[in-house]
Order: sequence, then structure tokens, then C-alpha cells
Amino acid sequence: MSRSRNPDKASGTAATTVVVMRLYIAGSAPNSIQAIANLEAICREHLKGIHKLEIVDILEQPQRAMADGVLVTPSLTKVSPLPAANVVGNLNDKNKVLLALGIKGKVA
Amino acid sequence: MNGTKRAIPQPLPKLSTGIEGFDDLSRGGLPRNRTSLIVGGPGAGKTVFALQSLVNGIRRRQEAGIFVAFEEAPRQVIANGATFDWGLAALAKSKLFLLDACLSPTAIQSGEFDLVGMLAMLKAKKQEIGAEWIAFDGIDVLLTLLHDPVAEMREIYRLRDWLADNALTAIVTAKLDNGHSGAPHYGFMQFMADCVIRLERRLEHGVSTHRLGIAKYRGSDFAAGEFPVSFGPSGIEVGAAEPAEIRHEASIERLSSGFERLDAMLGGGLFRGSSTLITGVPGTSKTTLAGKFAEAACRRGERTLFVSFDEGAEPIARNLSSVGIQLKPHVKSGLLRMYSARTETISAEDHLLKIRALIREHRPRCMVIDPLTAIAKAGGLVAARAVANRLIYMIKDERVTVVITALNEGDDPQAESTDLQISSIADTWIHLSYLVRSGERNRALTIVKSRGTWHSNQVRELVLSATGPKLTDVYTAGGEVLMGTLRWEKEAEESARETRRYAEFDHKRRELQSAEAHTGAQIKALQLDLQRQQAELAMYSNDNEVRNTTTSDREEKLRKMRSADPAARAPGAAAAHARRRIAPDPEKKGGNGATQ
Repeated sequence: MSRSRNPDKASGTAATTVVVMRLYIAGSAPNSIQAIANLEAICREHLKGIHKLEIVDILEQPQRAMADGVLVTPSLTKVSPLPAANVVGNLNDKNKVLLALGIKGKVA
Repeated sequence: MNGTKRAIPQPLPKLSTGIEGFDDLSRGGLPRNRTSLIVGGPGAGKTVFALQSLVNGIRRRQEAGIFVAFEEAPRQVIANGATFDWGLAALAKSKLFLLDACLSPTAIQSGEFDLVGMLAMLKAKKQEIGAEWIAFDGIDVLLTLLHDPVAEMREIYRLRDWLADNALTAIVTAKLDNGHSGAPHYGFMQFMADCVIRLERRLEHGVSTHRLGIAKYRGSDFAAGEFPVSFGPSGIEVGAAEPAEIRHEASIERLSSGFERLDAMLGGGLFRGSSTLITGVPGTSKTTLAGKFAEAACRRGERTLFVSFDEGAEPIARNLSSVGIQLKPHVKSGLLRMYSARTETISAEDHLLKIRALIREHRPRCMVIDPLTAIAKAGGLVAARAVANRLIYMIKDERVTVVITALNEGDDPQAESTDLQISSIADTWIHLSYLVRSGERNRALTIVKSRGTWHSNQVRELVLSATGPKLTDVYTAGGEVLMGTLRWEKEAEESARETRRYAEFDHKRRELQSAEAHTGAQIKALQLDLQRQQAELAMYSNDNEVRNTTTSDREEKLRKMRSADPAARAPGAAAAHARRRIAPDPEKKGGNGATQ
């Protein structure tokens, strides 16, 4: 089961590209819970309205995770825009996440 | 029976790894449904050990397996595994699942992660293919990414629990340099594992050698110590000490050594399945003797293997044909397999493997190793000794009759004991030596020992000729052993002397006979003479007696007739005196002799 969180509205005009991401988690493992919270905070702060996030629970969809080449959890993949990027870990290091997602200049 | 009940000890269930030697060391393999840890430095053979166990499980028992590769991509693992005869690429499509567990180098790490997701995936895979085995290859690579000893420990525990829940026989490998572990997780991993195996690679005399040791094995007995490991066509092989009990069949069937005379010296030939050691300094025809044995075996129609070191098969066959031993036709017919190897480049262990592979491939009944001492050239004497021992036992296990040659540097057969120390294992020991005299070198053959059979104590001369080598009696003269032309000369000389001696003897005999006859004749003549003299003497003394008697009788008669008085008897004294002069008494005789 995947939970999709669409952008709130098409408020982001053509000027900004939508960032498509996929977060792989493992049920309610502490790191996974942490990762969801961290990512949602980042999205609220930096990608309001211009992101698309899919959360994949490996405990429920192990075959899919394997097909996607996921190894450890939690693991974040930026699907688009290219280049694709991978971040592993509970996303506690916000700067690294921003860097990987290609969001610049907005670091406080 | 005695009233007390004893629980029957339950042996720990184990899964055989199929790794040659290791299953003996570990008394059956790795603990079933438990975790085994393999530690060692880079290139020690950890990955091969893990992968080989899985491959053998699939090939021998149809046990599916999962291989989690943290260090190398599955593509690389398959490519590396292709160097062995596992058919890995095909297995990877069916019973073996390789999980690419290499974190992408471009992946960015932000905060902590865990193995929960991966284990969930593996569980799904396990159920899908019904895996019995799982290998985590290079788990240290992943753990070090955690950058936190506490997190490492936590994940190790997580892994342990997961393995326990999932009833998998697991092999976890981790890099570790020479035992001094910088990795804090090492202690935990050891604790987690029921069996810990150390692999090590080191350089000995410029040749890379591998070692394996079992550091711990919960609930099981195991062979302690370090054992040599080698890489063969089927993967790694552990030079396990042979089972303490030797179970070789003792055959009473005799095989010809190729020499009738030698067979006779050995009381009928070599026993089937026995080992014969031929020692000697260079050039004493060890190879010739071995070649003759191989040829004889081929002639009987027995499959034969000829292993030579540092000399090519072609030159050997050519050289042997110059002394009438023909091996080439047997090579052509496929009966004889000749294998030549350089010794310096690979370790003794690898030679052992190669020879074993050859034995299994060719299935010989007889074989020759010429010379075995060559394996000591590479990788140290201690290793070579162990290999030589194992090689002989292995060959005997295969019930192959073997002739091994060994090079002596000195001409003393006892010097062999300082070398590979194989003389004690060999059943028969033949020593070849030179006897140098009068500008000639001749080959002498002695049987030093031969188990379970009568054997000759005599030295024989080995004579080589184009019609083939043969053994001849040696000539002993005046306590000296003579050979070659010296023997021939001595024989000729001896024979001439014999003739001469006979002639001389004959001559002397005749001379003596004639002398005897002569003396006999003389004796006869003298005897006749003696008889004549005796007769003469008897006659003379008789005559005198008669005359005396007549004289005294006459005087008596005259006196009686004259009636003389007794005083007139004085002339009787004069008569006695006269008688004494005729037969003088012994005392006077000496005196008379002196005056005469």
C-alpha cells in the first residue's frame, strides 16, 4: 500500500518543477517514523505545493522494494527532476537532504 | 540395565558445506539453522567459502540459497565464480538468489538507518524460493556506514534475531586483518555466531598460502589448529588432517614393478594399492624405474597417471624410449595420462589439488609421481611435508598403486629423512645409488624396506641398454662390490684364474700321484730289503747259538769224561764271556758305537 500525497494545489506555477520523491520505510521502525517526520517538515518548509511524495512500506511491499533496488531503510529516492538522487537514513541531517534534492539557497 | 537412565546425546544438526576437508574438521559442516561467522583479511577466501557452501547445498541437496553481496555487485560475484566449475550463472537463475546489497556510491547518507527493510525483503525472498541457506558477504561494509558502534551492535542483534526466527543456516563474512580487530562490532559478531571460522592469507617464501582455523563451535567438537587451504577447480579445499584412523584396504594382489628381478627381490611384486618410494641422487635412473612401472601397468591394460615435476611429458617419453620403455603408444590409446608441472610457481597445496583433480578425472589404478621432492621448492618445506603426507594418504584412499621418486642430495639413504620425511609412510622403499670405481659410475639398487613381504637384502646392478633396463647380480670380490666393466673384467679374470687353478691342481695331483707311487715302490723295496736283512740276522744268530751250545755241551761232556773237580769249572766263566761278546748288552753297545 502506498500513500500518495499530492501537492496541495497547483499553486506552484510553471516557474517551479514538481519534485517527485519516494520514501521507503519499514513499518513503524523508529528510523522510519523519524524519516517521515523529517521529510514532511522539509516539504512544508521548502517544497510547499511543488512536490509529490510516495511512501512505500517495505514490510508490505517487499517485492517492489527489491525491484527498486532498495537496501536499507529508511531510504529516499528523488525520481524527478533528473538527476535522480538517493538518501539513506532517517534524514536527520536536513542540509544533506536539501542538497540531494537540489534545493539551494533556502538553507536557513 | 544398571538402573540409571542416561540421556542419549543428541548430535548438533549440521549441514555439510561440501568443502573438501572442512566437513571433516567441523565434524559434519556448519550448524543447521544457526549462524556461522567467517572472518579474515582481504583475499583470504571468505566469499568463496560462503558461495561454495551455497552452491554445494544446491547442487547436492537441492537446498536453495540467498547470497547477499555487500561488497561486490552480483554481476562481479558471478564473473568471479565462473572461474570454478560451479555453473554459477545457471544456478543464479534458479535456486540461488543474489541480492545486490552494495550501497550506491552516489547515495547520500543523512542520519541513521537500519536493516529492517532489507530483512523484510529477504524474508519474502526466502519464502518465495524456499531458501535453506543465506550468506551475508562482507557485512562489515554495511555496518561501518552506520558510523556508530551502538547502532552497529543493535543491527547485529537485529540480524541475529531475524536469523533465529527464520530458521536459516547462515554464513556471515566480515573482513578482519590479522585478528587485531579495529572493528568494535567484532566481539558482538563472535557472540552472535555459533561457529567462528578464521581464514588467513600470508606469504611464505614468496608464495601466497592460505590457512583456515575454527575458532569456536558451540555444542560441537572440532579439529583445533590451523589448516592449509588451497584453491582448486571446485573452489577452496582445506588440507584437513586425515582421519586419525587409517582405513586402507590391504590387498594381497601383487603387481609387477616392470622388472622380473625386482619382483623376485620383493617376494613377488608390489602389493596393489601400496606406495613405493624410490630415492636416489640425480641420474640414478629413478625415472627409468618409475617409467618401467608405468609401462608395465599400461601393458596390463590398467589406467595410469604419470605426474612429473619440472620436466615435460614429451622429453620424459623420449628419454625413456631410449632405454626401451615405450610410453607414447599408451598415451595415444588414452590409457596413460602424463601431466607435467612447474614447481616454483604454485604452492605445494595447489599441486595436491591438481593431482587430486587428475586422479578423479582419469581414475588411474597405477600412478607415478616424479619427483615428489620437487614440491618442496615452492612455499616452504613444512607445507611440502604436510602435502606429501596427505598426497600419499589420498592416493591410498583412492586405492591407487603409486611409485614416488624422491631426490636425495647426498648418496646416503638416511639423508632422505631430513627431507620430506615420507619414507616412513611408504610401504616399499627402494634406494638407488652410484658406485664409482675405476672411472666408472654404476647404478646399484637396494631394497631398504618392504612392508608385509619378504625381500632380498642384496644389492643389484641396474644396467641400462637400448633393449631396456635390467637388473643383474653384482659381483662381490674380497668384500668389495663390483659393477660395470669392473665386474665384467673381474668375472673374466676370475674365470681365467679358475681354469688356471684347475690345471695347476690337476698337474699337482698327477705329480703327487707319481710321487706317491714312487715312494710306495721305495717302501716296498726297503721292506724287501728289511725282510732279507731280518732273515739274515735271524739265520746268523741261530747259527751262533747252535755253535755255542755245541761248544759248551762238548766241554761238559769232556769234563764229565775226565771227572774233573768242581774247581776246574772256571773255563765256564770264560765261555760265558765269549757268549757275551757275540750278543753284546745294551750298555756296552752305545760305547762300542762311539768308538767304532
